[in-house]
Amino acid sequence: MNLTLHVWRQKGPNDSGAFETIQASGISEHMSFLEMLDFVNEKLESDGKQPIVFEHDCREGICGCCGFMINGQPHGGRPRTTVCQLHMREFSDGEELTLEPWRAAAFPVVKDLMVDRNAFDRIIEAGGYVSVRTGSPQDANALPIEKDHASRAFDAATCIGCGACVAACPNAAGMLFTGAKVTHLGLLPQGEPERYTRVVAMTEQHDAEGFGHCTNHGECSAYCPKGISLDVIARMNADLLKAQFKNRD
Amino acid sequence: MSWLLRFTKSTIGLKVIMALSGLALFGFVIGHMLGNLQIYLGETTLDHYGESLKSNAGLLWIIRATLLGILTAHVVSSVKLVLRSKAARPQGYKQWKSKVSTYASRTMKMSGPIVLAFLVYHLLHFTVGFDSLGLGDTAVSTTIEHCSHVAAGELDCPVYANVIKGFSAPAIVAFYIFAQLLLGMHLGHGAYSMFRTLGLNNPRYDRLARAFATGVAVVIVVGNCSIPLAVLTGVVGG
Repeated sequence: MNLTLHVWRQKGPNDSGAFETIQASGISEHMSFLEMLDFVNEKLESDGKQPIVFEHDCREGICGCCGFMINGQPHGGRPRTTVCQLHMREFSDGEELTLEPWRAAAFPVVKDLMVDRNAFDRIIEAGGYVSVRTGSPQDANALPIEKDHASRAFDAATCIGCGACVAACPNAAGMLFTGAKVTHLGLLPQGEPERYTRVVAMTEQHDAEGFGHCTNHGECSAYCPKGISLDVIARMNADLLKAQFKNRD
Repeated sequence: MSWLLRFTKSTIGLKVIMALSGLALFGFVIGHMLGNLQIYLGETTLDHYGESLKSNAGLLWIIRATLLGILTAHVVSSVKLVLRSKAARPQGYKQWKSKVSTYASRTMKMSGPIVLAFLVYHLLHFTVGFDSLGLGDTAVSTTIEHCSHVAAGELDCPVYANVIKGFSAPAIVAFYIFAQLLLGMHLGHGAYSMFRTLGLNNPRYDRLARAFATGVAVVIVVGNCSIPLAVLTGVVGG
């Protein structure tokens, strides 16, 4: 199949960038979207042109590295699918595709379709951990955890930090990501001791990074490749409210 | 109290202010509608309702000042959040597709200011007695009659007559209905959003919360629109 790609090309963080139209011919429907870009890049390189830069690592939908907008939809819009798991059979011959990087002040473009998502790492550093004393390990099942809590914590923990939630949000909010971490750790007994200091620290870092606010549109959850529920944001809100009464400093 | 300042400056803190002030204004809108629907009970009932509201000037002004304060908090927080949202995405997308967001949710920042502009018009129209947009055939300022003191502590308020005069012009009625539709959209999303902002949601009750928000918004639109329509068509005061 043959495609027309309108790709965002930007030489570096300080370049203004522009769209470039690239013809992609001889594409197999069995290729993943990233393999298609590899194929296009080989052609570009053999022509002496700069390849399209995009981030990728595991290519099996679990690392959170890849991701960009395809025709205005993060990861291409297929439910619960990262762009590395998206296949060209989803598209038709002759189709025009617009490829754009995530657009957010907190995610500056590194080059072309690749953005710097270190803002997420700094939110994690602010409180997305549990403090554990080292020593002899506890018996694995000694700590009782309610099944419902374990399931919800697990669901929240499936977040891969790809940034699609920020990209999809009309306000470029990082609330689904932050909410997923707050929910994942706060629901478990290991995370309970730091629950209320964590939510304050992580939401303050979220704001400091320049993300926007939640208006409960639901786009983040709808485009999340892991289907993280909007409920994690409500739980984070509730925890931050409770923290105003629980914290004593 | 530095913690409170920190909280109220945070994104979620501002949203909580929006939710709580929105809840108070939502309550006011319902009360206002229920009060006004007394027009269907006749002239005496509505006039008595107006007189009872106006009889205690001190209390009236305390309520007005409180409402103004709540409205200011709602508007100031929303402006701050919208500015942050703009700064969070300085460069927009060439293409952006919505998957689940509603027209109402995406237009909150437009429906809000329009409803606010309507509120100013509405207050000038019925409280002051001035048709600021000149939508009526004759200037309402000359026809709206204010309450008069008939005896010590006794008021005579021609509310019913004023409503009939106020809604005599089709352009005024059209503007009111337009504003009510926007108010309904704003409240429909706002009330549902409030549950989530305050963290009061539970997947079990999520559909109920959505139904409640939409249902009350529809009741408000129908109730409020019925009054100018009833006057214009002569069902009331005809």
